[in-house]
Amino acid sequence: MTADGIRQAIIQIISEIAPDEDLTGINPDEPLRDQVDLDSMDFLDIVMELRKRYSIEVPEKDYPQLATMSSTVGYLLPRMESL
Amino acid sequence: MGLAAPGADNLPDFRAQLLAGRSGVEFIETRYMGRVPAGVCRFDQFRYQSKKAARRGTRAGAVAIWAANEALRDAGIAIGDGNRASTGVFVGITEHGNVETEHEIFNISQYNYDVKYWTHHHNPRTVANNPAGEVTLNLGITGPHLCLGAACAAGNLGLIYGAQMLRLGEVDLALCGGVSESIHTFGIFASFRAQNALASHEDPAKASRPFDRGRNGIVVAEGGCLYTLERLDGALARGAKIYGEIAGYAYNSDATDFVLPNPARQAECMLLALKRAGMNHEQISVISAHSTGTTSGDEHEAAAIRQVFTGPRFPYVNNTKSYIGHAMGAAGALELAGNLPSFNDGYVHPTINLDDPDPECRLENIVINKALHIGEITSIMNNSFGMLGVNSALIVRRFR
Repeated sequence: MTADGIRQAIIQIISEIAPDEDLTGINPDEPLRDQVDLDSMDFLDIVMELRKRYSIEVPEKDYPQLATMSSTVGYLLPRMESL
Repeated sequence: MGLAAPGADNLPDFRAQLLAGRSGVEFIETRYMGRVPAGVCRFDQFRYQSKKAARRGTRAGAVAIWAANEALRDAGIAIGDGNRASTGVFVGITEHGNVETEHEIFNISQYNYDVKYWTHHHNPRTVANNPAGEVTLNLGITGPHLCLGAACAAGNLGLIYGAQMLRLGEVDLALCGGVSESIHTFGIFASFRAQNALASHEDPAKASRPFDRGRNGIVVAEGGCLYTLERLDGALARGAKIYGEIAGYAYNSDATDFVLPNPARQAECMLLALKRAGMNHEQISVISAHSTGTTSGDEHEAAAIRQVFTGPRFPYVNNTKSYIGHAMGAAGALELAGNLPSFNDGYVHPTINLDDPDPECRLENIVINKALHIGEITSIMNNSFGMLGVNSALIVRRFR
């Protein structure tokens, strides 16, 4: 999966978790939670969906890596590029 | 009041459905059990709830949020800084958490039962206060909330608890009644079937037939009905539209069996409600009967009613489950709602599907298959009974 494919996958997951949100103008370098109404339970949903859809395990110590879209893609790329 | 019933999402439509004798029961497909007759509610869920809140919450929560918002709108009450702390939310439930637990077990079955796929939403969805708590989150209500587990008497118990909290002065407004999400759990259906108490019929509209000789069990339904309950002085001061006045209530316990009802205790419950209302049995205009379409349950309630209402003047009797099935925690609240407009229109809606009345369920003045205009209706006794022997009787009086 490419970096752009991962970004699209994350957008898809967030759109299902926060279906009332407009995700068209996400700034890749700003924290996602500053741009989208996501709380800690929603964040756990993102982790769960990565597990279910891509068999990706994100340990709790790595949660800060998922703060922005850019950091999320950077964190996931080596784990998902073979998918 | 606000409601979601099988066949209607507001009181005028619900009343019209009942006066027309139109069933709201249909076939649904359930996991593992296939097609069963059930009462399904349709309402504009996202009028009052965001998609995200709906995804995070439960069906019972969604029904409760609809009913609460509709009730407040109907009453002309807005929740704000002046009343959010003095409003309580009291919601009767027969059960809660079965739906969510079954869904999660099915979910992890798709992952070889690996519990790391079990959702973190499970606990907030299944705590027993969930539907009432979702209402407080939705409306910003900071007063007390809880759900009342009282099996199939729970709808009445929601109202009774609301009245008690008002009498104690702990709230000034009670959003109270009951909800059910039970059609979304196969276990309810399967357990009734195992008990030989699940209704079946080739025509779903005819499956729920209390007091009929051909009855063969319960039609499970979802639904909800919440009322804005206030003390009379407060309601009068704000010029409220008053549907009725709670005149008396009682609830008691059989202490005899897990499932079989006890007509002697049911009769005691009705008599205690009458005593507390300061009324005698001849002053009740209409009995909204609880009977669910089971062989013994219907016989027992009929026997209890005959024991209390001995004439010479008898109340009229109807049964709303014949239209909507058994809405579990919502049943008592919905069945009362269906009857309340009779104070104004003078009609008693009938028990439908009563084609061959069972002599074991004989009742004077039971209204059969066609609405009856009797003119002045001044009081309703609303019966709701449940498993583990919980009985309730609520008397509502016309307010003039």
